[in-house]
Amino acid sequence: MPIISSNDIIETTHMITQENLDVRTITMGISLRDCADPDMKTCARKIYDKITHKAEKLVQTGCDIESELGVPIINKRISVTPIAIVGESCRETNYTPLAVALDKAAHEVGVNFIGGFSALVDKGYTKGDRNLIASIPEALASTELVCSSVNVGSTKAGINMDAVAEMGRIVKDTAERTKDADAIGCAKLVVFCNAVNDNPFMAGAFLGVTEPESMISVGVSGPGVVKHALEAVRGQDIGAVAETIKRTAFKITRVGQLVAQEAAKRLNTQFGIIDLSLAPTPAVGDSVAHILEEIGLESCGGPGTTATLAMLNDAVKKGGLMASSYVGGLSGAFIPVSEDAGMIAAVEKGSLSIEKLEAMTCVCSVGLDMIAIPGDTTAQTISAIIADEAAIGMINNKTTAVRVIPVPGKGVGDRVEFGGLLGYAPIMAVSKFKPDTFIARGGRIPAPVRSLTN
Amino acid sequence: MRIVVTVVGKDKVGIIYKVTGILAENKVNVLNISQSIVDGFFNMILIADMAGAATEIGSLRERLDKLAKEIGVEIRVQSEDIFTAMHQI
Repeated sequence: MPIISSNDIIETTHMITQENLDVRTITMGISLRDCADPDMKTCARKIYDKITHKAEKLVQTGCDIESELGVPIINKRISVTPIAIVGESCRETNYTPLAVALDKAAHEVGVNFIGGFSALVDKGYTKGDRNLIASIPEALASTELVCSSVNVGSTKAGINMDAVAEMGRIVKDTAERTKDADAIGCAKLVVFCNAVNDNPFMAGAFLGVTEPESMISVGVSGPGVVKHALEAVRGQDIGAVAETIKRTAFKITRVGQLVAQEAAKRLNTQFGIIDLSLAPTPAVGDSVAHILEEIGLESCGGPGTTATLAMLNDAVKKGGLMASSYVGGLSGAFIPVSEDAGMIAAVEKGSLSIEKLEAMTCVCSVGLDMIAIPGDTTAQTISAIIADEAAIGMINNKTTAVRVIPVPGKGVGDRVEFGGLLGYAPIMAVSKFKPDTFIARGGRIPAPVRSLTN
Repeated sequence: MRIVVTVVGKDKVGIIYKVTGILAENKVNVLNISQSIVDGFFNMILIADMAGAATEIGSLRERLDKLAKEIGVEIRVQSEDIFTAMHQI
């Protein structure tokens, strides 16, 4: 084996120590399809037993790999089969005990989030979907680590506007029930269009029904590394910028691939996918917004933001695809406002609005993410924001999502602090014009035509 | 398994001696060392083989962390795998 060059060693070490290179998450997907039972208590016990058995060594394995490779692995997480499916056979209609079982299992194995308190209702509801969605506010208020998601539309099925209307009310109710903690429940609730089955990132992770019994997926990160690499091509044309991003994404993804393979081998399970996402954190030097500013914008959100973001997103995919055997999940740059120091600054400066963020979601992963809005925003307005975002996903054949936090008692100019990776956020203004009559109609938006694509 | 040990810090007498001493105690075989002093700062990259080692990477790191604190430098120990994954196809 050849001796690796000093320059390569210095480059990698610099990425880790100075530019926040990390593996964002190792997520173990665990199928709970065999946990269904007519009795809620039995179902909850089966869920707890299966998770604590399958994921017993997940956190330790993550820590071992982190120690050997010397690269931080920030989160160890679990995604499970959508609980609407698992709970459907239960006689009881409130699924909160199943969320509590997930929470207890997550605490027991030491992961920091567990995703899959979810329902997929693109075309309509089953009994289990209805029960699950109705249980979301109580479930999120009575658990700490459980994340919930609902898929309300898809390119193939259209948009379920009854579910869109309901999710506006569920988001409001969740905010109300967790108002003592700045509506933290809403930070763990995502409304999707075209949700993917193998997403390792929270809060939207679940293990779809097409996935195996268990698998390991990895989400990579590294906005700081990309930003630093771009500092070397200042003044050069945009082709040089794209090329530099591609090369950097390749290197970052190779680390993710190595971690995923090692983790799958040691946990005796299948390697699922690498999610090629640039996921920011509130730490200085770990921001997607700062990459756009490095490319040449005065402030993220100003004119040029959509174009630079589109190029960034595409270049990350091109570099990452070559570096991994299996790519999946959401795979794109994330733009969660409260989790990105540059986005927060842009909102505070007045250069970034919800409307611009909506435009940005047309060209990147995933949607209106971690946005704090005034507590007096109505359920109908939230539903309409969800509908707009779902329409972008449906027409463009991509995943979109809404994770907004209507913070009770707070308005524009206030701030909320979620802590840790969830960061902090200034409350953003929302249009006051009412969509109430539209939302009250309900029904379904038909699936779109896939030709004549202008 | 091959490991990469990187040492960065203010130069002083005996850094290489102390680091390689710990490796020798644990039967870790040194394959390659490159070292330089830039502006009074000591930089060393050492590649070693753990094949016949009397310890594993975690406890070797603990031992080197202790040394790093004693002599006031930064020492990182990593499996070579991360560097080959990133820089070689």
